[in-house]
Amino acid sequence: MQTFQGKSVGNGVAIGKIFVYKKGELQVKRYRVEDVAAEVARFRKAQEVSIGQLQELYEKSVKSIGEASAAIFEIHQMMLQDNGFVEAIENIITTQSVNAEYAVAATADNFYKMFSDMEDDYMRERAADVKDISERLLAVLNGKNAGMDALQEPVIIAADDLAPSETVQLDKDKVLAFVTVHGSLNSHTAILARTMNIPALIGTPVALDEIDGKQAVIDGAKGILYVEPEETLLKTMEKRRKEEEETRALLLTLRGKDNVTLDGKKVQLYANIGNSKDLAMVMQNDAGGIGLFRSEFLYLEKDNYPTEEEQFAVYKTVAETMAGKKVIIRTLDIGADKQAEYFQLAHEENPAMGLRAIRICLTRPEVFKTQLRAIYRASAYGTIAIMYPMIISVEEVRKIKEIVSEVKSELDGQGIAYGEVEQGIMIETPAAVIMSDELAKEVDFFSIGTNDLTQYTLAIDRQNPELDDFYDSHHPAILRMIQTVVDNAHRAGIWAGICGELGADTSLTQIFLKMGVDELSVSPGRILPIRRIILETDVSKL
Amino acid sequence: MREFKYVITDVEGIHARPAGELIKLVKDFQSTITIAKDGKSADAKRIFGVMGLAAKQGQEITMTAEGPDEDAAISAIETFLKANL
Repeated sequence: MQTFQGKSVGNGVAIGKIFVYKKGELQVKRYRVEDVAAEVARFRKAQEVSIGQLQELYEKSVKSIGEASAAIFEIHQMMLQDNGFVEAIENIITTQSVNAEYAVAATADNFYKMFSDMEDDYMRERAADVKDISERLLAVLNGKNAGMDALQEPVIIAADDLAPSETVQLDKDKVLAFVTVHGSLNSHTAILARTMNIPALIGTPVALDEIDGKQAVIDGAKGILYVEPEETLLKTMEKRRKEEEETRALLLTLRGKDNVTLDGKKVQLYANIGNSKDLAMVMQNDAGGIGLFRSEFLYLEKDNYPTEEEQFAVYKTVAETMAGKKVIIRTLDIGADKQAEYFQLAHEENPAMGLRAIRICLTRPEVFKTQLRAIYRASAYGTIAIMYPMIISVEEVRKIKEIVSEVKSELDGQGIAYGEVEQGIMIETPAAVIMSDELAKEVDFFSIGTNDLTQYTLAIDRQNPELDDFYDSHHPAILRMIQTVVDNAHRAGIWAGICGELGADTSLTQIFLKMGVDELSVSPGRILPIRRIILETDVSKL
Repeated sequence: MREFKYVITDVEGIHARPAGELIKLVKDFQSTITIAKDGKSADAKRIFGVMGLAAKQGQEITMTAEGPDEDAAISAIETFLKANL
């Protein structure tokens, strides 16, 4: 048994096999082979194994997500059987006497170009399919696991670090816990783990190659990873995990109850989500609405700007699924630690303070308008509100409102229906806190983003693990700021909520109630624990 | 040799799913089957070939079949195109 100490996010226990997540791009080396016939045979064997994997995936997905969505795996099989594709690979192996990996990668490049050069948006997206099948072939050729898709059971994901673009693509049902070698307690992996209510260890000094595929236990309370645990430890941890499940079941009895304190104060409890796939968790945990719908995934999952139609389809689904409950969509918050290549943002010395979020939207109004149109169109199908990130001034809000009214008159001109859309802003810069009395006159609500607000107020980079000791999320400066914002909101007759990590901190729930916070938007898994506190609190006696 | 011309009516054109369906349909015929658009032609049994033409709504494609079962192939293709594209 080996033990490793990391920094822990969450107290839970996870037991399962470790899956080492490697970065998307596989390095392909070109080398000479003498026996080309054997190399061709090696390729054919890999082709056959890959097709088998896809067939298995297809059959499984037909059951879980239906024929229409599963069809892609059938198409991938056809691609692997495409004569032109196969011949091109075998031709490169034979004529150049090179390894199969190189031949696959070179052929995939050519086919990738064919699709990515097409004028048609839909066809351009098929370039991703080419990448997918060639990565699968390469993984099989290298004898490695073929990504998360091939997993049969849930695993503990171990990685050097995980970028937001990688975590959005993870199949959440297959993740028991995260272990990363790098990253800080406030990194995206940590936030994701909290969202999913699973344990995670950050900054864990493990050699990834040595632990891949091994049985492991994570003790979230102590921040320890046990690889190949001893029998007695395994038993103790199994018992603890069972107890945790029971507590969770108990919390579920709180479903359907109103969030009202003993003295009758009502608070809204909404959910933060980062993907429409998270909707199931929102429903399971009985959220009153969605307080933060991070729209970035629409941009991060793709190689090009998502079209209005694509965005509309997603927003509409969310609005319809929530069936009239409020859905607050935060507009594009790209930049800083969340990058999409096609935005072609210049490298910045200080990205947290750089061209990001609303600043991109105001610099590139065409990108902003596409998103606004999609949101407004979807507002005809439910109750949608919008909030704008990274606001620092009243002027910005006025500019946004101008763009919004342009979008609305365009829609009017085209006879396209839309609903009433509440307009709000994120309060996540010290400037917005100080100006909150003025800002409150311009908008319908405030949502305090405590993660960035803390980083900017304390002047601490939340990505830097060396600073974790200085990062006090309960710093009185932050708590005072929240009080100021809530007071200024109420004076102007608007509501104020918290959608940052702090909102989910149960040790502060009573303090927030006393401050008069109207809404808390938290990871779906935190809703019921917070509801329990609200139900047991008498604000007048605090 | 048998030939059949068809103008795509589906708004999305021959996208991945119908391309896959078309291939499933033609691959068991012995005849050589090609799909052509604007003078470019491709083997209709190859998914990359079919998708590579990027046939869109309003565009005309020409399907040809040559071989022992060309009659059956063309009539199956005709039924398929009319029903799905």
